[in-house]
Amino acid sequence: MRTAFAAAVLALAALPASAHAFLDHASPAVGSAIPTAPPALTLWFTQDLELAFSGVTVANAAGQRVDLGNVRIPPGQPAELQVGLKPLPPGTYTVSWHVLSVDTHPTQGTFTFQVGGG
Amino acid sequence: MDRPLWRAAAPAAVILLSASSAALAHGFAGERFFPATLLTDDPFVADEMSLPTITRNPTGADGSQETDIETDLSKRITSDLGFTIGDQWEYLQPKGAAAATGFGTLNTGLQYQLFVNAPHEAIGLLNLGVSWGHSGRVQALGADDFTTISPGFDFGKGFGDLPNSLAYLRPFALTGNLSVDFPTKTESAGTPNPNNFNYGFAFEYSLPYLQCCVKDIGLRRPFSQLIPLVEVAFSTPLDRDQGLSTTGTIQPGIIWSGQYFQIGVEAILPANRPSGKGIGGLVQLHFYLDDAFPSTFGKAISEW
Repeated sequence: MRTAFAAAVLALAALPASAHAFLDHASPAVGSAIPTAPPALTLWFTQDLELAFSGVTVANAAGQRVDLGNVRIPPGQPAELQVGLKPLPPGTYTVSWHVLSVDTHPTQGTFTFQVGGG
Repeated sequence: MDRPLWRAAAPAAVILLSASSAALAHGFAGERFFPATLLTDDPFVADEMSLPTITRNPTGADGSQETDIETDLSKRITSDLGFTIGDQWEYLQPKGAAAATGFGTLNTGLQYQLFVNAPHEAIGLLNLGVSWGHSGRVQALGADDFTTISPGFDFGKGFGDLPNSLAYLRPFALTGNLSVDFPTKTESAGTPNPNNFNYGFAFEYSLPYLQCCVKDIGLRRPFSQLIPLVEVAFSTPLDRDQGLSTTGTIQPGIIWSGQYFQIGVEAILPANRPSGKGIGGLVQLHFYLDDAFPSTFGKAISEW
């Protein structure tokens, strides 16, 4: 068993830098209330992403898209996902994202944030 | 399709096909990530390995002390079909007698992913467990001298579909196991081997879920990767009990879930007198093989 354990530890020590991509944090922050909306939504993940199979939408309380649809991975920031926002009036907005990490593991999530008095 | 387009489409198709098969390689149902629990069985087929699980059991009802070092492997055969295999090395100190060491009973399981409901974060799995007789030290350690077949159902449910007014309860999740033991011998050395009803549950509060999907309370790694939980598991004789009673343990603890492995620690509290006395504990190092080896051993065998 000690040999098997040592072999496993050695094998895992040489891991590639990829796995499931979890949302680390966001701007606007998950569940936050902000006075005014920024011009773009940014999501930071724990792993690098495949843009072709990743996406994010932002919708208002009526379900209407308020993002600009220009999802991108900023240059030099392979674990970030960004999308432009239209000018947002006060209200509650829902962010829905799905991403594929570079080693093909998919993850997804949703959260809300509030602008103004909500 | 012209050649340049084909060249561009081929890698994309490979990625897409790989993604669809990898979706169940981990304990996911929609936004919910279910960690591998330490006491109760997981409700998903997976490519994962516990190495090791070290358990210091509470003092037995007969006064014995036991420490186990265990390893378990879960492997997908296809995206919905998997198997498990596990064994343990035991150190047993009977009260008033010499200590004994050796391997315990070998356990295997065949699993089928019955359903995954992403919107409701629900997941279900059929499990056929087999404990193999004479696979461990029968006389010295009390390993089984008979084979036991245990069909069961494992399930998980995240509470992410609760309304906004209960948002802070969304990180809760419940997983559970229901199974029945059918031993192939009715008694061993004069002791009855009853059919047992086994039931266990794990109640979890996922800080990763709180952070990603409810409210960023400012936690950052490694603290944002903690999942406090309480597990309980009981076994009740259904027949041939001859005075045998329900036994079980209650195990509060915490799991830290990283990218390639998780670490779990739990206390072990006997649920009643026949379950033992005092407090035990266990610690487990558990590897996500699908993340560690995504293009080789972490894939389902059918994709090798």
